[in-house]
Amino acid sequence: MSARILTYRQAVAEAMAEEMARDERVFLMGEDVGKHGGAFAASKGLFEEFGPSRVKDTPISESVIVGAGVGAALTGMRPIVEIMYIDFIAMAMDSIVNQAAKVKYMFGGHARVPLTIRTAFGAGRGNAAQHSQSLETWLTLIPGLLVVMPATPYDAKGLLKSAIRNDNPVIVIENKLLYGDSGEVPEEDYLVPIGKAAIRREGKDVTLIATSRMCSFTKSAVEKLAQEGIDVELIDLRTLKPLDMETIAASIAKTHRVVIVNEGHTTGGFSNEISSKIMDNCFYDLDAPVIRIAAEDVPIPYNSILENEVIPAEKDIVMGVRRLMEN
Amino acid sequence: MTKQLDAATLMDRYRLMLKIRFHEEAIKVLFKQGKIGGTTHLYIGQEAIAAGVIAQLRKDDFISSTHRGHGHMLAKGGELKPMLAEILGRAAGYCKGKGGSMHIASIQLGNLGANGIVSGGLPIAVGSGLSAQMRGTDQITVVSFSDGAANEGNTHESMNLASLWKLPVLFLFENNHYAVSTETSRSMAGSMDKRAAGYDLPFLHVDGNDLEAVHFVGKEAIAHVRSGKGPLLMQADTYRIEGHYYGDAMVYRSTEEVDAWRLKDPIARVEKILIEREIMSERDFQKVREEIQQEVDEAVAFAEASPQPETDSIFEDVYSEWQA
Repeated sequence: MSARILTYRQAVAEAMAEEMARDERVFLMGEDVGKHGGAFAASKGLFEEFGPSRVKDTPISESVIVGAGVGAALTGMRPIVEIMYIDFIAMAMDSIVNQAAKVKYMFGGHARVPLTIRTAFGAGRGNAAQHSQSLETWLTLIPGLLVVMPATPYDAKGLLKSAIRNDNPVIVIENKLLYGDSGEVPEEDYLVPIGKAAIRREGKDVTLIATSRMCSFTKSAVEKLAQEGIDVELIDLRTLKPLDMETIAASIAKTHRVVIVNEGHTTGGFSNEISSKIMDNCFYDLDAPVIRIAAEDVPIPYNSILENEVIPAEKDIVMGVRRLMEN
Repeated sequence: MTKQLDAATLMDRYRLMLKIRFHEEAIKVLFKQGKIGGTTHLYIGQEAIAAGVIAQLRKDDFISSTHRGHGHMLAKGGELKPMLAEILGRAAGYCKGKGGSMHIASIQLGNLGANGIVSGGLPIAVGSGLSAQMRGTDQITVVSFSDGAANEGNTHESMNLASLWKLPVLFLFENNHYAVSTETSRSMAGSMDKRAAGYDLPFLHVDGNDLEAVHFVGKEAIAHVRSGKGPLLMQADTYRIEGHYYGDAMVYRSTEEVDAWRLKDPIARVEKILIEREIMSERDFQKVREEIQQEVDEAVAFAEASPQPETDSIFEDVYSEWQA
């Protein structure tokens, strides 16, 4: 396979362009996704390539953006809808939670909702409390939804393509600070399966489970720990729902120690769900308690010094792993 | 003189209205017998709207219905047996017993679902309208909603977008005057015609208990929407005879008020027309009533005899299958 170096945002745009070219039922709608190319330029070029009928700029109306996606998906289309910031998903929650997620089940199975909801999350840009959250846990609570969080350009493209081809509502949560990251992306058509985690680094001493941007934080921490003689196995979850417990359990059977890093809040955050599932499945493999590293239970503050204090940092990961190894 | 329906259509719609009424009456009995769980919202008193508008739609048109949606489904071609089986929670129901009264749907019949969220169906209708527009068909979507939904944000977002994109959506405002216990005068500022004007939506207003008026106004509305001119808002004034849900003590309204609306019963009004025009006699009514009652009784018997769903089915249909 030949590969090029693309940015995460280019990979996202390419995934949509390829799927729109492949299947005329696929279209994109959302706020500023057309002429403007998306608030994070992740749909750049699509408007020029596919025109206004398939790349639709909408009013700022999150509930109807998602709800119309449900209606279009029920009647033969395969919409991609964009919610610019995950924070704005609060405005679309009925359409996601009560409609998209439930119609198949409520209707006894005779409905299909091939709907992709793309959105961007995360702190670190000084966007303050209403534009910086990590709300993925809200979405993982709801049966009927699939939730993915790509950390690399390769996965951003491959997971998005899988989402578009999936007959369920899939929430693709991209990260604002990863859009500019570069990485290898094959020329050829490929998919990244929904529900499969990736082992980014094999190690024998401790399993580190991370999502999205926390994976890159984790990578530098892992190198530092390696110099101290701690051999970390790094798992990039890629999909939150369904959770790939097989990969997690196999790793814990080897390392017997786990640290979970997640940008969401500590209380009720997704790291808690992973931790519970580890208790259910891997308790007797553990040599030490599970450590969670997550955001403090406060809104995301504007000032960058304060903001960095709230979300997990490299040093938190290094200290967390050291603490665990002392056990 | 207002336009008149031909005898055959009038008789057909009369039968449909009776079917809806008797279906709802059967539910009252089942509810009293403790055989129906949750809450059930009856369409009694509003039959002329489903029979006047939805019954005119093509099979490939769509409706987006409400929690008070039994009448919509029957008017769109729904059958009594799977309807009542669903309401009794049985495997043979439209939703295999997982939806119940508030979620009856049939994508095959073009019913995109009754909806437990009062304005939840409006964005979905915008989407099916968009889908028809993008697929280049002349299918239309009729979305029913009432005065409760009128004041939720979804309604604003949906009307704005449908109008902006000229989508083939007929917004059917079934004004039954109450949102649970709160009457329209205490919940709605302004009026729907003014709201329609704000979205640049053509507005039509009709007595929702007058089948012929609803039919002809509905026909005009459907033709407008189907022609590609964009959405339209149609208001049909009516009254929810049974309260919000069956068993509602209705302390919020007077018996005088309810009795006054009973005098405007849409079925009695159709019967009056059928007599006046010498299309049917009292004896004919009796015969039709017996036939429909028998159909409903058979459907109730079918539903009651239907097996309960298997408990393992709780895990079915959460997701469509996909390749990992």
